[in-house]
Amino acid sequence: MKHRYIPMTDTDRDEMLSAIGIATVDELFEDIPEKVRFKGELNIKPAKSESSLTKELARLAAKNADARTYASFLGAGVYDHYKPIIVDHVISRSEFYTAYTPYQPEISQGELQAIFEFQTMICELTGMDISNSSMYDGGTALAEAGTMAAGHTRRTKILVSETVHPEARDVVVSYAAGQFIDVLTIPQKDGVTDVASLEELLDDNTAAVLVQYPNFFGQVEDIQKIGDITHDKGGLLVVSANPLALGVLTPPGKLGADITVGDAQPFGISEQFGGPHCGYFATTKKLMRKMPGRLVGETTDGEGRRGYVLTLQAREQHIRRDKATSNICSNQALNALAASVAMTALGKAGTKEIAYQNIAKTAYAKSMLEKAGFEVKYGGVHFNEIVVALKKPVKEVNAKLLEKGFIGGYDLGLTYPELSNHVLIAVTEQRTKEEIDALVQEMEAIHA
Amino acid sequence: MHKDNQPLIFEITKAGRIGYSLPELDVPEIDLSSHLSGGLLREESPELPEVSELDIMRHYTALSNRNHGVDTGFYPLGSCTMKYNPKINEAVARFPGFANIHPLQDESTVQGAMEMMYDLQEHLEEITGMDEVTLQPAAGAHGEWTALMMIRAFHEANGESHRTKVLVPDSAHGTNPASATVAGFDTVTVKSNEFGLVDIEDLQSKVGPDTAALMLTNPNTLGLFEEDILQMAEIVHGVGGKLYYDGANLNAVMAKARPGDMGFDAVHLNLHKTFTGPHGGGGPGSGPVGVTKELAPFLPKPILVKEDDRYTFKYDVPQSIGRVKPFYGNFGIYLRAYTYIRSMGPDGLKAVTENAVLNANYMMRRLEPYFDLPYKQHCKHEFVLSGRRQKKLGVRTLDMAKRLLDFGFHPPTIYFPLNVEEAIMIEPTETESKETLDSFIDTMIQIAKEAEENPEIVQEAPHTTVINRLDETKAARQPVLRYIKEEELVNA
Repeated sequence: MKHRYIPMTDTDRDEMLSAIGIATVDELFEDIPEKVRFKGELNIKPAKSESSLTKELARLAAKNADARTYASFLGAGVYDHYKPIIVDHVISRSEFYTAYTPYQPEISQGELQAIFEFQTMICELTGMDISNSSMYDGGTALAEAGTMAAGHTRRTKILVSETVHPEARDVVVSYAAGQFIDVLTIPQKDGVTDVASLEELLDDNTAAVLVQYPNFFGQVEDIQKIGDITHDKGGLLVVSANPLALGVLTPPGKLGADITVGDAQPFGISEQFGGPHCGYFATTKKLMRKMPGRLVGETTDGEGRRGYVLTLQAREQHIRRDKATSNICSNQALNALAASVAMTALGKAGTKEIAYQNIAKTAYAKSMLEKAGFEVKYGGVHFNEIVVALKKPVKEVNAKLLEKGFIGGYDLGLTYPELSNHVLIAVTEQRTKEEIDALVQEMEAIHA
Repeated sequence: MHKDNQPLIFEITKAGRIGYSLPELDVPEIDLSSHLSGGLLREESPELPEVSELDIMRHYTALSNRNHGVDTGFYPLGSCTMKYNPKINEAVARFPGFANIHPLQDESTVQGAMEMMYDLQEHLEEITGMDEVTLQPAAGAHGEWTALMMIRAFHEANGESHRTKVLVPDSAHGTNPASATVAGFDTVTVKSNEFGLVDIEDLQSKVGPDTAALMLTNPNTLGLFEEDILQMAEIVHGVGGKLYYDGANLNAVMAKARPGDMGFDAVHLNLHKTFTGPHGGGGPGSGPVGVTKELAPFLPKPILVKEDDRYTFKYDVPQSIGRVKPFYGNFGIYLRAYTYIRSMGPDGLKAVTENAVLNANYMMRRLEPYFDLPYKQHCKHEFVLSGRRQKKLGVRTLDMAKRLLDFGFHPPTIYFPLNVEEAIMIEPTETESKETLDSFIDTMIQIAKEAEENPEIVQEAPHTTVINRLDETKAARQPVLRYIKEEELVNA
């Protein structure tokens, strides 16, 4: 058969078969035992031409409600933020996206340098010493931080705050099970980690305390205090931080974090139904050799020219095999590049401005909702999310909002039974005053 | 490519320049210092770049010019399946209805996305011959771990938590033993025989009541089909163990042999290899896992189901190993794989395998006179040469790999698998033309001649790249893992 991705001609095939010294291609498959040889055709859909497949998939995409058509107030770990148009232009350069892991540094300096810059930007934002080149996502990065802490402290218990993203907590539990580590949940009180419960649960076998900053309810936790309590018992403080919020928030590195992880999705990465996003993983110099994932380091060539290589590989699976600290191999390099471009475009001033706008818009939405008679729960400091009590089921309210062109917030009752009829509303810089006003008005109308 | 250093983005920064465009704030201003009181307000801004939009584009364009991708030139990196990345995939992944949908939207608003996922699962089930597929794992290693956790849960459910050993051939990918460790197993290595295949006697002697699973790549990393696969399945199943298929090399057998028919109980696929999700410079990948009915109750949750004409996620899965990733896997990558499968169809996928295998055998036979070929039988999609002969002349495999750079080729995988001395592992893929293969072969032959006649030129290679061989020892001994301003370095 002829296909645009396969250049083989009949003449090519004949010449190649004769060079090999065989008559048919089938002879190359004779080592597959007759009993397991697949005969006939795979029962899958027939091939489609480029234009008809494009049309079919465009129709399928159009069945979904997207954040370009609807005004989205849904966050809960994945956000609709300003994505500089330049991001897609850079990551569409196929020298980047069609390359493999930069194992040959002489012809991979572009990728290596870009990742070195990514590592630097993550260190700057988090206030940590060292960042790796990326992880799958924020949830698995948090899970690996937990298992790394257990390995380092030789302890077998991890405490996770109930205010950490519920799906990330689930992943922490799955990963911990792999290494026979117990995971206990620290309950929340008034929308933040309950410090009294933390003190009760913490003991000499606690490897780490995992918290989120800002937390799942949008509240900014006192992580310094949690860190101090944790360190007193010899445990590590692991902070999962929204890097965009760090444009204005004191970085975890200044507040005692031993490991800071998170997802760089807010920087230039589309929601894409939940992935691929871009986990990041940063730690202290002391823990550098325990960290998972690829690291890019600076060095020189024989002529003294500066260059970049993958380094400290003795930690990794392809060298250490069953003694490796993690099994991660592929990471999220292209998305780390996208995040780098977005962080570069926003730069020093823009990261502060965008974080500020998120706080200001959320404060405005909060005041308007309260004015309209809605209870906004938890009185602490918020970033770009708030918890709002409804008098009707969230699903019902969201269905009506959808008709009016809004994607409503996250139904907290799905994961926090005590918060049924409570919605988590995210207000990013993308939402205009008009949209916020209209949302409040519609919510009022639905409740009238 | 010019050889001057490309400055770091931090070195071309100038205070006062910006590269973004945010709207004016249209809501009342707030006082940040009172909103973020009590030490929450950041005192010093992060030192991020201050550059214009053109500065950014020039910087990254310069970096891209210092990078080699499949679109730049031939990339015969063994075990990595560096085939062409179709452009329709990139277009489809950017449709707003796929790129800008949120994972926690109401299911009724994402039926199109879920329909694609369901259809992809069915396609992968047919291609692998497995009963059920999950799309959740983010990459190959993540898929390995997911499947091993399922196997562990299966044994535990049967009251057999004493099955703590995972068998791995000595030629296996490094992720196999690492995944076994992080899934809580001990690894036992199984030897290869003189033909490069699993030594059946050694396998027989190592299985027992403590065997949880055997992890196998078929064809293996030497590019050889494990002909005794049915016997191996019998041995492992005979002691109550499970058979795990590492799908890294599926490009060798698609539509020719299916893991499910070979007796495998679990399989992971690397959609970024066989199914053209681009490699992206190291990721993101996508590593779906397929299993038999027996293991299906342990699949990670949520499970995607079709009820009448509606798609829904099922969370009530009592025996599930739990979540392995937030949300539903790397949707954007498996959407590309789906687009590819639909572009190829059943005869297309068969042609992929046939041509990948034909290309590899052609290269192997043409190179055989010039390099040591440790295993002589027909290969599948890749083959492994040894640089032993050249090493005796003082030219190592590493040197030959670096010499290839001077001719615009990405070198093959080297020093892997571990059971071949001075290994050179070549995987051409089906998307390369005979002209490209011939040009690479001729270059390899020339390098073999240089090794005899003019070894220095190989030993000192590369000569034409933007940078020469880098000091990796220095990088590891004195790690510099981030940029630090010169004045801060002086103060430190």
